[in-house]
Amino acid sequence: MLMNGVRTSAIPGKGSIEDVSKEKCMSQSLRDSVHLVSDPSNLDSSVKEVFHLMLGCECEQSNAQHLQPKESVTAVVGFGGLLSGACVFRSSSHTACKIAAQLTGSEISEVDDTVKDAIGEICNMLAGAWKSKVPELAANCGLSVPAVITGRDYNIHVQSPEFRLFHSYFFDGSPFDVTIICDGIH
Amino acid sequence: MSETRTLIVDDSSVMRKIVERALRQAGLDPLVVHEAGSGTEGLEMLKEQKVDLILSDINMPSMDGLEFLRQLRAQDLAPGVPVVMITTESSEEHVKQAIQAGAQGYIRKPFTPEQVKERVLPLIRAA
Repeated sequence: MLMNGVRTSAIPGKGSIEDVSKEKCMSQSLRDSVHLVSDPSNLDSSVKEVFHLMLGCECEQSNAQHLQPKESVTAVVGFGGLLSGACVFRSSSHTACKIAAQLTGSEISEVDDTVKDAIGEICNMLAGAWKSKVPELAANCGLSVPAVITGRDYNIHVQSPEFRLFHSYFFDGSPFDVTIICDGIH
Repeated sequence: MSETRTLIVDDSSVMRKIVERALRQAGLDPLVVHEAGSGTEGLEMLKEQKVDLILSDINMPSMDGLEFLRQLRAQDLAPGVPVVMITTESSEEHVKQAIQAGAQGYIRKPFTPEQVKERVLPLIRAA
């Protein structure tokens, strides 16, 4: 069964009456600590961790809102379970190729399946690293497999989320954005 | 040193390459790598190939890594072969689930080659 694109089997201990009541308590505790879940520093440290460990590079946070590139690559990983929402990575095609090249150790000049795969994996690791910062989420929130969108002039719209974190970063001088959207705590 | 025959199961070909690179950096040389893009493909491969080590992602479409592991053990396809799960899921519950399904090791993504070395080499030596 899928919840927000997330297999229920990806969320441990889902099913029994005992689990449902345990889940209700956790949901309340997560609501009480929503300020921790929406703490922007969790997103920054997750981005730094993923880029440092997997690409051997440091990322700089950028306070400027970058102009939307014409050609872009967007990866989306859904959250399901205690929290529903998504982690969204977006960059220009140029930045996506640079990241994929660094991750795979090969030269890449255009967006191909390797770039889409690499950006999907980066988004997957960002989503996993972000949710691991809050113990209730680490154990009770599953991740969907990544979806990757490429092209020009598109927008992703989410109706009135509970909270949204949007941060911009630079990877080797090239900008990218990461957004965490929470549309519900269940 | 004899070659280490390894099966890497991950729906991401990029991640399979990264894991292979990490194994080589960990000193597993000579290394023969078989790649599977899904749990189903991994099970089919194990009917044909003998391996010394299996590394599998958990979060995969069609058959996830835990189901792959359960079926692997149920069908006795690779008796005594250590299985290490590599995944973004890191809670105690997820680790417990993987161990219950028959995994000997667990590596959280993102990872460093040193972490792969620390988790994998003792299992290879003990097998």
